[in-house]
Amino acid sequence: MARKLLLEHINVPGIHTFDVYRQKGGYRSVEKALKTMSTDDVVEEVKKSGLRGRGGAGFPTGMKWSFLAKPEGKARYLVCNADESEPGTFKDRHLMTYLPHLLIEGMIVSSYALGAATSFIYVRGEMMPQIRILEKAIAEAKNAGFLGKNILGSGYDLELHVQPGGGAYICGEETALIESLEGKRGNPRIKPPFPAISGLYGCPTVVNNVESIAAVVPIINDGGDEYAKIGIGRSTGTKLISASGNLNKPGIYEIDLGLPVEEFIYSDEYCGGIANGKRLKAVVAGGSSVPILPANLILKTLTGESRLMSYESLAEGGFQSGSMMGSGGFIAFDEDQCIVRNTWNFSRFYHHESCGQCSPCREGTGWMEKVLHRLEYGHGKMSDLDLLVDVSKKIEGNTICPLGDAAAWPVASAIRHFRDEFEWHVTNPSDALNRNYGIANYADPLPKLEEIS
Amino acid sequence: MSEKVKVTIDGITVEVEPGTSILNAARQIGGDIVPPAMCYYSKLEGSGGKCRTCLVKVSKGSEKDPRPMPKLVASCRTGVMDGMEVENITSPEVIEARKGVVEMLLINHPLDCPICDQAGECHLQDLSYEHGVEKTRYEFERRTFDKIDIGDKIQLHMTRCILCYRCVYVADQITNNRVHGVLGRGDASEISTYIEKAIDNDFSGNVIDVCPVGALTDRTFRFKNRVWFTKPVDAHRDCPTCKGEVTLWYKGEEVLRVTGRKDQFGEVADFICNTCRFETKKTSDWVIEGPRHIAKTSVISSNHYEMAKPLDVIKHNPILIEANKEEFERATKI
Ligand SMILES: Cc1cc2nc3c(=O)[nH]c(=O)nc-3n(C[C@H](O)[C@H](O)[C@H](O)COP(=O)(O)O)c2cc1C
Ligand code: SF4
Ligand code: FES
Repeated sequence: MARKLLLEHINVPGIHTFDVYRQKGGYRSVEKALKTMSTDDVVEEVKKSGLRGRGGAGFPTGMKWSFLAKPEGKARYLVCNADESEPGTFKDRHLMTYLPHLLIEGMIVSSYALGAATSFIYVRGEMMPQIRILEKAIAEAKNAGFLGKNILGSGYDLELHVQPGGGAYICGEETALIESLEGKRGNPRIKPPFPAISGLYGCPTVVNNVESIAAVVPIINDGGDEYAKIGIGRSTGTKLISASGNLNKPGIYEIDLGLPVEEFIYSDEYCGGIANGKRLKAVVAGGSSVPILPANLILKTLTGESRLMSYESLAEGGFQSGSMMGSGGFIAFDEDQCIVRNTWNFSRFYHHESCGQCSPCREGTGWMEKVLHRLEYGHGKMSDLDLLVDVSKKIEGNTICPLGDAAAWPVASAIRHFRDEFEWHVTNPSDALNRNYGIANYADPLPKLEEIS
Repeated sequence: MSEKVKVTIDGITVEVEPGTSILNAARQIGGDIVPPAMCYYSKLEGSGGKCRTCLVKVSKGSEKDPRPMPKLVASCRTGVMDGMEVENITSPEVIEARKGVVEMLLINHPLDCPICDQAGECHLQDLSYEHGVEKTRYEFERRTFDKIDIGDKIQLHMTRCILCYRCVYVADQITNNRVHGVLGRGDASEISTYIEKAIDNDFSGNVIDVCPVGALTDRTFRFKNRVWFTKPVDAHRDCPTCKGEVTLWYKGEEVLRVTGRKDQFGEVADFICNTCRFETKKTSDWVIEGPRHIAKTSVISSNHYEMAKPLDVIKHNPILIEANKEEFERATKI
């Protein structure tokens, strides 16, 4: 059984209330940090832990914190990114619903480490229940003296605010989030300057994902070194995975990083295999924006090693044969699913969510969506496949924010790995409307790589 | 004055003030190596970074940190560093990306140049001519919007808009109360006066001058003439509201329209007030300074576009010849 650092007490009745949470050892890390550690000690501990951002990019959190500019006479802010809107990812919502105090505890320790006197939790606007839960929890924590003036007599003051989001996926991009938090239209800013220098209201700001902030709690309680023992290589600690799709047991799992993908899908401790006795066709491993992989490539890398749930292993093979950890939205597709339809569905999402500032993403996402729609509905042409790849290349890397990349990767990877299925849609348009292409050879063992001497 | 920094663009080195953007450094060099800019406007704070036509490759970050930048960067919003090396027209990657951006800008553009007042001084026309491809690969219905009159002097034809946000910044920075902004998202976003309220301000007419395309046009000049049949003349008058330095556009004896004085990058020297622009269209209102110099190669001077001819740097390098193949072909066709 894997260790549970975040979800240990999730099944304790009443754990969402302050009293039960405290009985179970909650807020120990606040006491430890504020009473026995300097702010630099906390940052150092997080650095030692090797924790990497859980919001998608996987940037080391301790490093991000140490980049924060500290000019005299300027406020610093910590903003928690709870705008979770990536299709396939739903771990932050789970955490906030059942363990609101874990997030608040993490926010207090992290704000202390960064020297922030005001911090924000920017929650996706649709998550109204979670906003209420958090507000209630904040009031409880304040009552108990863990928020407000002079916390636990340490002289440290902190106000924590919950802000309902602006109702767009793009508001999860950190600079768009900051704009939205300032009350403006949620358009990503043009970088530089980066938030670490000039973020919220022009002040140095750190934006972190809910899970990253929650992970600070066990790191401070048990020490960064202890945390770093879990996991593999530069992927340390535990990670929440939102498993969905055709699985026997979809849901949220806390895994030790480095768990083999095969074990995650098939063992009874985790997803329990593919539902209804079907076979696995493809997996999107980290939320809708990461490249999709066919069954054979997600289970094994090109070199024949088994693929692990870690930042490095999932990315092994680059964009040719690998994918990414992303935000941990694990979507499994069985043999009855249509990859073309799914790709169209994803691109429809990105078309809808593009903010419209920069030309490649504004126009390109719509173009890809229309071509994919045509393919899915039997009006496609063979040349459409190369067209899609070319359009995705024209978007990728040329945009203001990574949404453009996120829109391009799923399309490019689907065509790279499932070209036969796309071609079948063109050559058999009437079949494509009535039945699915099936699993073809997507689950076959990979051919052995030949040694070139 | 702080020390100048050295930056090399397409092999040409220039010394500029620290903090200068790559684009402005290139403009100091001038000539063919200046990246095209559709959204950046030096007089509008915060502008730039959006259209992505000015993308360049930074092949050496600086003297201190020589690593190249991983992606192409928007030259209008990237500052120079000492020892930085930049590739614009000498990078096939940049040429390819720019071609892509131009294509994206055009897929939803109506291409109604024959009936557009902006034709002849339209930056999108120039851009497509210089960097675009000949055929469209886009086979879907184009996005359209209804025309909106912003007051009795300005018309917004959103269908032609490329969302450079320049007019939004004008409204933000020149006028006190903000009524102009962007509604909607993605390719459904549109420039709008807030709930179609007319911009009622002495300087509102400047949105026409900053618009790189024919989305915001002067209703008093609407369908009056093609710009290349009119003759630009610099003039000034004693104006209580603005500096009063303008360009008058004559057809015979008649002043058809009044605009700010635009430089070679399409930027006006000074913003002018609505009285100068819309109300004073008699020669007797003005002190004439003389004909406005317009580049000989401009369609306004010569009634036709300059011949497309590949630049010298490109002619001798096989990789660049390959990247510019289409331009070569077009040149031979003409
Ligand atoms: C289009 C877009 C949407 C994003 N949405 C989210 C989100 O919903 N939640 C999140 O935590 N990060 C999101 N991110 C990533 C953030 O920009 C940022 O990298 C992250 O919040 C940093 O936190 P971390 O270092 O803890 O991962 C998004 C990024 C992009 C480009
Ligand atoms: S990439 Fe898309 S979402 Fe990001 S700034 Fe550009 S238009 Fe907006
Ligand atoms: S001019 Fe630089 S991005 Fe538009």
